[in-house]
Amino acid sequence: MSVDTATVKKIASLARIAMRDDEAEAMVPELNNILGWIEQLGEVDTSAVEPMTAVIPNHLRLREDVVTDGNCRDKVLANAPQAEHGFFAVPKVIE
Amino acid sequence: METTSSYRIQGATGEWEVVIGLEVHAQVTSNAKLFSGAATAFGAEPNSQVSLIDAAMPGMLPVPNKECIRQAVRTGMAIDAQINKWSRFDRKNYFYADLPQGYQISQLYHPLVGEGAIEVTLDEKDPDSAVKRIGIERIHVEQDAGKLMHDQHPTRSYVDLNRSGVALMEIVSRPDMRSPAEAGAYVKKLRSILRYVGSCDGNMEEGSMRADVNVSVRKPGEEFGTRTETKNVNSVRFVMAVIEHEANRQVDVLESGGKIVQETRLYDPDRNETRSMRSKEDAHDYRYFPDPDLLPLELDDAFLEECRASLPELPDAKRKRYEGDLGLTSYAAAVLTAEAETARWFEALLAECGDQAMAKAASNWLISDLFGALNRLGLDIEHSPVSPKQGAELLKLVADGTLSGTLAKQVFEIMLETRQDPGVIVEEKGLKQTSDTGAIEEVIAKVLADNGDKVEQYKGGKEALFGFFVGQTMKAMGGKANPKVVNDLLKKALG
Repeated sequence: MSVDTATVKKIASLARIAMRDDEAEAMVPELNNILGWIEQLGEVDTSAVEPMTAVIPNHLRLREDVVTDGNCRDKVLANAPQAEHGFFAVPKVIE
Repeated sequence: METTSSYRIQGATGEWEVVIGLEVHAQVTSNAKLFSGAATAFGAEPNSQVSLIDAAMPGMLPVPNKECIRQAVRTGMAIDAQINKWSRFDRKNYFYADLPQGYQISQLYHPLVGEGAIEVTLDEKDPDSAVKRIGIERIHVEQDAGKLMHDQHPTRSYVDLNRSGVALMEIVSRPDMRSPAEAGAYVKKLRSILRYVGSCDGNMEEGSMRADVNVSVRKPGEEFGTRTETKNVNSVRFVMAVIEHEANRQVDVLESGGKIVQETRLYDPDRNETRSMRSKEDAHDYRYFPDPDLLPLELDDAFLEECRASLPELPDAKRKRYEGDLGLTSYAAAVLTAEAETARWFEALLAECGDQAMAKAASNWLISDLFGALNRLGLDIEHSPVSPKQGAELLKLVADGTLSGTLAKQVFEIMLETRQDPGVIVEEKGLKQTSDTGAIEEVIAKVLADNGDKVEQYKGGKEALFGFFVGQTMKAMGGKANPKVVNDLLKKALG
């Protein structure tokens, strides 16, 4: 697997990372190096190995259905670039 | 009885068949959110039910709410689906102002609930109506997004994250529906099952249930066509309107030599049309991957058994029991079981009657008298001014001959107004029906004496006049005479 400049630019755009053309071009060999290195792992036959989900055997903990949080609007809005009337205010997004 | 729909769109080049699949998003009934301890109640002050997890502050970790998982499992069991004891959460990545994390935690690769199905009846009033089995591909659990408001400020949109992180079940059907009516019946049935199970309140106006409608058209017997997806449709009527509109639009495009583009569309109820949401073009590249913050969800047998044991009797089973054990018509059984609240009310009424033999009378009274009154008053059955206990008392007064059908209706009207018990009303207003033969005979003698000419005609063979004598007697007794006794005594007096 390898990527070209167009793919790099698309990934950057999906991830909302601004990237100039020369930056994107510089990224191509870098990413392809990483991909090539990862691909070496494909040489090992893992067809009979279950994917590992955690380093130590562990189970997902579940919470009881109790309200224990919230009611902290000022904290939630504290870092917002703009907040009005208890809402986050963002540039207008409309279909 | 399995049938294929005969619904067709008449185009210039012949008939077209419509193929429909629905993704229904149902908000899980729970106190707290899917991954945080913030409350879920509808209509709270903006951003007051938001934890630092829901606002996606760095370093916050999600912990799943057991109740949300339990409700999704119970829903899966209610549609006879396979429950996956091992499932996993994935991140669905996209940017939007109502999604602070930049991704939605969902389940793409290993959903909690697998293949199931529900049966829908197209016409409840028709006992022979076709029953169709609609396949359900999966149910997965995911987070809801926040709410955007665009009309509060000229250049800003306002974001309320109260809904952000509330648990949703996404219920994905197979493309098994072939007409707007089938899709409407499917949504109604699904809503009914969710409300019986108690996993979702089914309130479409408040957005607790909304559907993404997938539509394509094809010439009958050919391969599936390219589909479009209309997002966030929030009523049964709109689901049907979207299908009709979108199918006709696609036929027009195809017949004028165009091609259907697989795209996301938006429904505008004011204009009854769908239009393309071009801004979401990139949105299909979600780059899903397993959420590294969450371990796989593993359920044990004890948990599943508890889920199954806690399921109520479901609408199909209840309906069969009402027909079989209680001897109700299939129409009455369908009406009484369609909504969990109606069935609960009916069963309370029957329990108060204390006699299963009164099931038919109870069903008739509930469906015609009580529903009629509630309709008129604009109330649903949960807010009925008359209680099941009072309803049963009224029915018993009819059964033991204290009230005639006509008197019972009068008493019921007074009950609706005063909320008094029927027994009290009967006593106070003296509405009791009389079987006092002496009093009735007296009135009959007077009626016959006053209408000597008609008595002659009757005796001369004009038997239809019997009804006239009954009417006159009842009128003279203010409607309070037992009709059967009046009949018997009149026959004797005229015979």
